[in-house]
Amino acid sequence: MPNVTLTVNGKSHTVEVEGRTLLVELLREKLGLTGTHVGCDTSQCGACVVHIDGNSVKSCTTLALQADGTTVTTIEGLAAADGTLHPMQEAFREHHALQCGFCTPGMVMSAIDLVQKNPQGLSEADIRHGLEGNLCRCTGYHNIVKAVSAAWHTMHGKELVAAE
Amino acid sequence: MYDFTYEKPTAIAAATATLAADMEAKALAGGQTFIPVLKQRLNKPTVVVDLSKLGLTGITVTPSTVTIGAMTTHATVANSAEVQKAIPALAHLASMIGDRQVRARGTIGGSLANNDPSACYPSAVLALGATITTDRRTIAADDYFQGMFTTALEQGEIITSVTFPVPEKAAYQKFRNPASRYAMVGVFVAKFAAGVRVAITGAAQGGVFRHAAFEAALSANFSPDAIAGIATPADDLNSDIHASAEYRAHLIGVMSKRAVAAA
Repeated sequence: MPNVTLTVNGKSHTVEVEGRTLLVELLREKLGLTGTHVGCDTSQCGACVVHIDGNSVKSCTTLALQADGTTVTTIEGLAAADGTLHPMQEAFREHHALQCGFCTPGMVMSAIDLVQKNPQGLSEADIRHGLEGNLCRCTGYHNIVKAVSAAWHTMHGKELVAAE
Repeated sequence: MYDFTYEKPTAIAAATATLAADMEAKALAGGQTFIPVLKQRLNKPTVVVDLSKLGLTGITVTPSTVTIGAMTTHATVANSAEVQKAIPALAHLASMIGDRQVRARGTIGGSLANNDPSACYPSAVLALGATITTDRRTIAADDYFQGMFTTALEQGEIITSVTFPVPEKAAYQKFRNPASRYAMVGVFVAKFAAGVRVAITGAAQGGVFRHAAFEAALSANFSPDAIAGIATPADDLNSDIHASAEYRAHLIGVMSKRAVAAA
């Protein structure tokens, strides 16, 4: 079987996989990183979103071998070594942006990419549109949008303004 | 998913040789359609040939053309300042495909090789009269699309780039299925000095098609009113759980008028 070599959350791994092994299977089953979830079989739900070389992608719709030589970040790679949460995670906690939590890892990974790629600002509509690849069946999205808006200000070092 | 042998060649000749030698070998572009198909076991390739290391990415703009490498992602096209300036409708179309994660990996070449009857890109290629360049020839858009999931590509033939003529005006309007984001009806309108071309995706059983009656009317008078009285026959349109053929026929008129207004 072929090997795939990739960096996950700052650590290099070389793993034997099948041609058909999905990136999410490599992460969950070979590396034990079960924070990345599988919520559907149709590439629609976004629970499996991770970053490959800084872009948010669906790890259930990526072959492990396609990720050879890349740098992958999962939800486990966000918090600091001392446990300090990433500003997006902190915003999700602060704004009660999760209930059951199943969609949260993918939602957080998508949201970080959205914020990083939009330093000029994000309206509520931008955030809702930007998260269309992530489904949440609990929150009604409202608090997720609030959390992402708050995290945008933290991540870009701007003063926090009151939510509209 | 059934297992397969995965190859990532670094030369086009190697990729085409593998694909030509084995009828069950399949090319992999961005994988945003193909991998879900594999997961559902709707396809059982022996070999999957990843095209990502063939150097087929990039955008080249001249005063009269925009050329996009086959492996260029939807996100790259959507965010390209050059494309936004030369053919804003093309960048707009790319920005509405799937979701951000799909756009980060899905490619123009993959979309065109697959020719999903509800895909967005075929409408731009057909309405703009683009030229598809492969490893062995060029194919005019009018000759390329040959029905649902069917194209002029031969076994093992790989799209390398797509060249779009820059129109005077163009616009794309899509009525999306709210769950899948695919077009229930998508209309791409392009106005050139020689006339207007209108391509419809999402609606017909045979995939993307040109709307001759709208083209004639809009070539004479490029305004939404010019096509207001022209009915689209529902005969060859899709009926499914999302919309009847009659509803799609109506939507074609509505979305075409919106596209002309937006151009």
